[in-house]
Amino acid sequence: MKIAIASGKGGTGKTTISCALALAVPGEVTLLDCDVEEPNSHFFIQPTIERMEKTFSLVPEVDTEKCTGCGECARVCQFSAIISMGKKTMVFSELCHSCGACARICPEGAITEVEKKTGMLTVGKKGSIRFISGKLDVGQAMSPPVIRETLKYASEDGLTIVDCPPGTSCPYVTAVKGCDAALLVTEPTPFGLHDLKLAVDTIRELGIPFGVAVNRANGEKNPISEYCEAEGIPLLLQIPEDRRVAQAYSRGQALNKVMPELSDALVSIPEQLQKLAEGRPVHEGQGVLV
Amino acid sequence: MKELVIISGKGGTGKTSITASLAALAETSTLADCDVDAADLHLVLEPTIQTSETFTSGRAAEIRAADCTQCGLCEEVCRFDAIADFTVDPLSCEGCGACVEFCPVGAIDFPEQDCGVWNISTTRHGPMVHAHMNPGAENSGKLVSLVRQEARKMAAQQNSEFLLVDGPPGIGCPVIASITGADAVLVVSEPTLSGEHDLHRVLELAAHFKIPAMVCVNKWDINPVMTDRIEDLAKEFGAAPVGRIPYDAAVTAAQVNARALVEESAGEAAQAVRDMWSGICSKMH
Repeated sequence: MKIAIASGKGGTGKTTISCALALAVPGEVTLLDCDVEEPNSHFFIQPTIERMEKTFSLVPEVDTEKCTGCGECARVCQFSAIISMGKKTMVFSELCHSCGACARICPEGAITEVEKKTGMLTVGKKGSIRFISGKLDVGQAMSPPVIRETLKYASEDGLTIVDCPPGTSCPYVTAVKGCDAALLVTEPTPFGLHDLKLAVDTIRELGIPFGVAVNRANGEKNPISEYCEAEGIPLLLQIPEDRRVAQAYSRGQALNKVMPELSDALVSIPEQLQKLAEGRPVHEGQGVLV
Repeated sequence: MKELVIISGKGGTGKTSITASLAALAETSTLADCDVDAADLHLVLEPTIQTSETFTSGRAAEIRAADCTQCGLCEEVCRFDAIADFTVDPLSCEGCGACVEFCPVGAIDFPEQDCGVWNISTTRHGPMVHAHMNPGAENSGKLVSLVRQEARKMAAQQNSEFLLVDGPPGIGCPVIASITGADAVLVVSEPTLSGEHDLHRVLELAAHFKIPAMVCVNKWDINPVMTDRIEDLAKEFGAAPVGRIPYDAAVTAAQVNARALVEESAGEAAQAVRDMWSGICSKMH
C-alpha cells in the first residue's frame, strides 16, 4: 500500500509525521521524500547512504546541419521552449516539458533528445526503512520530473510512505496521484483550516480516500475537528501543542522520541488508511492527548 | 516604488503573518498574494473585491469517442501516462498537445483550461491583487506572474511606496516567478535543521537571480544556537539578518481575530516586527 502524507499549507508537520510513521511501524517500509524543492526527512531518519543518482529530463538538441528552419517544432511546442527565426532554431530548455513532440514532428530528423540534469536522488537505509529522497537542482523550475523519478522507488507490495510537497498544484498532484490513500496534515489555525479545505477539494477531485491529522492541537475539540465532523472526514491523529516537540524538531529529533505515547496511534494509521482505501469504516480520534 | 517579496523556502515559517504586519506598518503599500496554491493573506486583510477575472492558461486534451478509431497512437506518444483506454485523465494531462498533433484522424480536442480566478481588491492597508487556483490546476507560475504584473501596475498607479508580495514556499517555478526582477527578498526562516537546510537553497536561488536578500528568524528562541547558525549562513550569502522574532502566542491570537500581529499586540513579537520593518526600510532606501 502506498500512502501520501500531504497538506495544502506548508510547515504543518508532513515530514514530522512521515518520519514518525516510518520509524513506528513494524517491518519493512519505504519512505519517499517527494518534497523535492525542500526535502528534510533525512534529518529525522539519518539513513546510511548507499548511493546518489542523478535525475534527468529529456530536452531537444537541434542539428544545425540538418535543420531547414521550417518552424514545425516551434509550432507544435505549447511551452515556447523552442522557437524558429528564419533559418535559426533556438531551444530554451528551462521551459521544456520533455513531451518529445518537436523531435517527433521534425521532417528532417534534425532534433534529438538529450538528457539534462534536473536533480539528485539519495538512496539509503535505516534499520527496516528503505529511504529515498529526491532533490531538485537550485534554479530548475519544474519539480514534477524529479518527483516522478523518486516515486519509481515505491515498494511493489509493501508499505510505502510518500512525504509530499505543499500546495495544491502540479507538484502535489504528481506526488499524491497513484497513492491508495492520503493523510492530510494541518494545524488548528485559520490558515490551517482554509488550506485544509483546498487540499480536500483537490484530493476529492483525484478520488483518493483520505483522513486528517491535526498537529499542534490545543484541545481535543478545535476548528479542524469540528470541520472534519461536519464533513464526515475521519480524524485519525491529533498531536498536542507542546514546546518540546518544536525543540526536538529544531534539532532533527523524531517525534517518537519526545512522545513515545503516540506510538500506538502512529502504528494504527496505515491500518486505518487501508480500511479507508477498501471503503470500510475506521476507528477515529486516536492519539489525542490533552 | 520598491518591490519586496517575502519568501521562506520551508513552508509554514510565518511568511503571511509577517507580510500582513508589514502591510500594516508601511505608510503606502500595494499588496500581492503570490502563494496562489494556498493563498491566506486575505484571511487577515479581509479584502473587498473590486474586479474578478477568470484565469485561463494552457490546454488539455479530450478524445472524441465518436471519432476515435482506437489505434492507440495517442497513448504511445503521451509521455505523462495521461491516456488509458482511449480516455484522457485531465489531472495527468500536461497540455503538451502531442496526442492532438499526431492523432491520424484528428479526434482529439484541445480546449483552453480555466485555472482559477484573480481579483483586484481594496483592504484597510491598501489595494491588493490576489488569486485562487482551481483544485489540481496547472500553471501556478503563470498565475503568479499575472498577479505580480497587475500588482505592479496598481502600485505605480497608486504611487505606493512599497509593493509587498507574499510569496509561495519552495524554490520551484512559482517562487522563481515571484522573485525575478524584484528589488529585494525577505526570507522568513526558523531556527531548525530543516529551516537552515531550506534557507541555504532559497538563498542560492536568490543569488542565482541576483536579488538582494534579507533574512529574519521567526520563533528564534525555540533554538538560540540554531538562530546564530542561520544568521551566519545568511551573512555567508551576503544577506543581511534583519530581525529575530520570539515565539509569542499573540501571533496565533491575531490570526484567529483576522488582525495583523502589530495591530493586535504590543508584545515582544510585535515589537520585533516593528524594529525589523525600520531596518528593512533603511536598507531599501
